[in-house]
Formats: sequence, C-alpha cells, structure tokens
Amino acid sequence: MKTWSDQRLEVIISVLLRTGVLISALVVLLGGICFLSKHGDEQPEYRVFHAAPASDRSVSGIIHAVNPSDCQAVIQLGLLLLILTPMARVAFSLAGFALERDGTYMALTFVVLAILIYSLAAPH
Amino acid sequence: MTNLEFTPLVFGISAVAGCLGALTGLGGGVVVTPALTLLLGVDIRYAIGASLVSVIATSSGAAAAFIREGYSNIRIGMFLEIATTMGALFGAYLATRTPTSILSLIFGFVLIHAAWQSSRGRPKDEKVTKTDALATKLKLNGSYPSPDGPCEYQVSHVKTGFSMMFGAGTLSGLLGIGSGALKVIAMDQAMRVPFKVSTTTSNFMIGVTAAASAGIYLSRGYIEPGLAMPVMLGVLAGSILGARQLIGAKVRVLRWLFAGVVGVMAVEMIASGLKGKV
Repeated sequence: MKTWSDQRLEVIISVLLRTGVLISALVVLLGGICFLSKHGDEQPEYRVFHAAPASDRSVSGIIHAVNPSDCQAVIQLGLLLLILTPMARVAFSLAGFALERDGTYMALTFVVLAILIYSLAAPH
Repeated sequence: MTNLEFTPLVFGISAVAGCLGALTGLGGGVVVTPALTLLLGVDIRYAIGASLVSVIATSSGAAAAFIREGYSNIRIGMFLEIATTMGALFGAYLATRTPTSILSLIFGFVLIHAAWQSSRGRPKDEKVTKTDALATKLKLNGSYPSPDGPCEYQVSHVKTGFSMMFGAGTLSGLLGIGSGALKVIAMDQAMRVPFKVSTTTSNFMIGVTAAASAGIYLSRGYIEPGLAMPVMLGVLAGSILGARQLIGAKVRVLRWLFAGVVGVMAVEMIASGLKGKV
C-alpha cells in the first residue's frame, strides 16, 4: 500500500529531477556555445573512435579541467551533473525510506546507490 | 563539414528523434544511435555514449511529470532497479569487449522489436487474482488514481520480472538505450502491473539504469563532449515538444510512421553489421 509519505516523497523527487536536468542542460548549453565560438571552424572527427581525452573521462579529471578556456570540460561538467541527478534521486529515496523507518527498502535502495557510486568512482 | 555545420545538424536529428520518441512512448535513444551512425558515419561507440546521456535527460525530465500524476510506483521501481543497474554494469562491460559489427547487429534486432512494439499499441490490463507472497512482503502492491477513485492492483511473478529486468538493464548498458519497451513488458506482461503504472514506473527507472552504465562509458571515453552536447540538448528539446503535443496528436498514424522508420533503420544496422562496415 502506498502511504501518504510515499506520495510526498515522490513529489519532492520530481522537483529534484527537474531541477537537476535543467541545471545540467544550462551548463551543457553554455559549454556548447563556448565550444562553437572557439572550435566552430574545425572539422569534427567522430568517424574513428579515439576515446575522449583522459581529462574528460573521470570525475576528478573533469572537475580539475573546468576553466573558461576548456569548453569541452564545461560540457562534460554539465553531463556529469546530469549523471548525478538520478543518483541524487536514489540518495534522496534512501533518506525518505529512513524517515518512514522502512528497513527493507533502506537496504534495497542502498544496494542501488552503491552500484551507481561504483560505476562512477571505480576505475574501469 | 565544420563544427558550426555539424552541431546544428546533429541537434536537428536528435530533436526529431526525441519528439518521435516522446510521442510514441518508445524514447528517443533507440533512434539517435542508428541515425548518427547511418546518416553521419559516427563511430557507434561515440553514438552510444551520446545517446545514453540523452536517455538520462529525457527520463528524468519526463519522470518528473509522471510522478506528480501519482501513477508510478516508487517501491516497484526501486526494487527492480537493483536488477537493471546490475544488468547495466554488466552490459557496459560487455560493450567495451564486443566488436562494433556485433553491436550493430544486436542493435538491428532491438530495432525490429521496437518497430513491432510501436505498431501494436497498448495491451489490455488483466487483473491478478492470486497474491504473490514476495510482492506482499516487499509491499509492491499499490493503487493508482482513476475516474472512479483509487484503483487497487496486485503484482505477481516478481522473480520472473526481476530476471527480465536484468536483461533489460544489460541491453541498456550494451547499446546506450533506455530499453523502456522491455521494462514495460517485464512489468506489464510478467508482473501484471497495470499498463499506465508500468510505463510511468519504467520511465522513472530508465534514468537510474542509464546512470549505472554512464560511469563506465565516461571512463572509457565513449562520451565525447562535442557530440554529446547537441544530442543531449536536441533529444531533450524534442521530447519536451513531443510530450506537449501528445494530446490531440494522431498517435495511430505516428506509431505506424515510427514503426516504418525504425524498421528501415533495423535493416540498415543489420546490413552494416554483417558487412562489418561499422
């Protein structure tokens, strides 16, 4: 059965999701304008796979690379914020289930959160 | 072609894909990758990376709207996300070890399924009479709003649904798609969750599933900022537009149109996979 607090939890989550998407889209857009103004005349090369530069491939790399002269890093930061949005959603659900004192769902949610953190933080 | 020409082109293609995806309920990710590889010759790994990012954006944006309506079931979603995120990790690892021609082939078969699904429309809900002990234990049964007041429902075949969700997650991580169609089948057909609850809960789960493979894609260099930027913004803009147009649109005609486009793409993806041209 859904309880009142499940419903309330869901409404807060929906606001969280929308805000996360909006902020990340704005950062990506800013980075994109910056990218086009600097590299607009260059030829894109996506036919052959080279893998994105190392600084664009990890959380710490992206954060360290962010500065006004590296537009790609700004886009990557926006994309990272986007990836973090569903993670924040799961973390928030964990808090919600804790407030509801639902041990089973706290454990289930923790497993999901651990998988997400592993994916982003562990070297692959 | 320079970036100033390439970026708007990719944005346009992605916006059309996002709009069609929202209108038909199949999501834009499944069309973006074949469009980028077939039309623009983008390496399938870059296309998959960009598509996955767009999937997170549309899922989170759309889920926000659906959650408010009170249809999605947060417990079913969270429980099944264990299966989809583990599947997504597995799929993303597989993706880095699978030759691109095989990826293209698998993509083709998934597209055939999407085309078939799109031309079929929504199935009828069947009520569950037998209670599933696991569903009761996990508090998966719920209710959704209907014109005649809250409509209660029960969930069955929890284990079957869970295993199918692992498969859906694997496919999502392997191909950078939301695999919403498979998630809906697992809930609607196997677990007998009402269709509306299945679709909205699936949407809710897609973002979390995709986020699980995104970390691996990122560290493998699949997410190329110059390409992911117009794809993410395009699909997002298109899907917002598509969701607005949903009321009053000729969905039946669109479904057939979408099925046709996806069918052609399926044949092309399979052909280029067989020729090893990807």
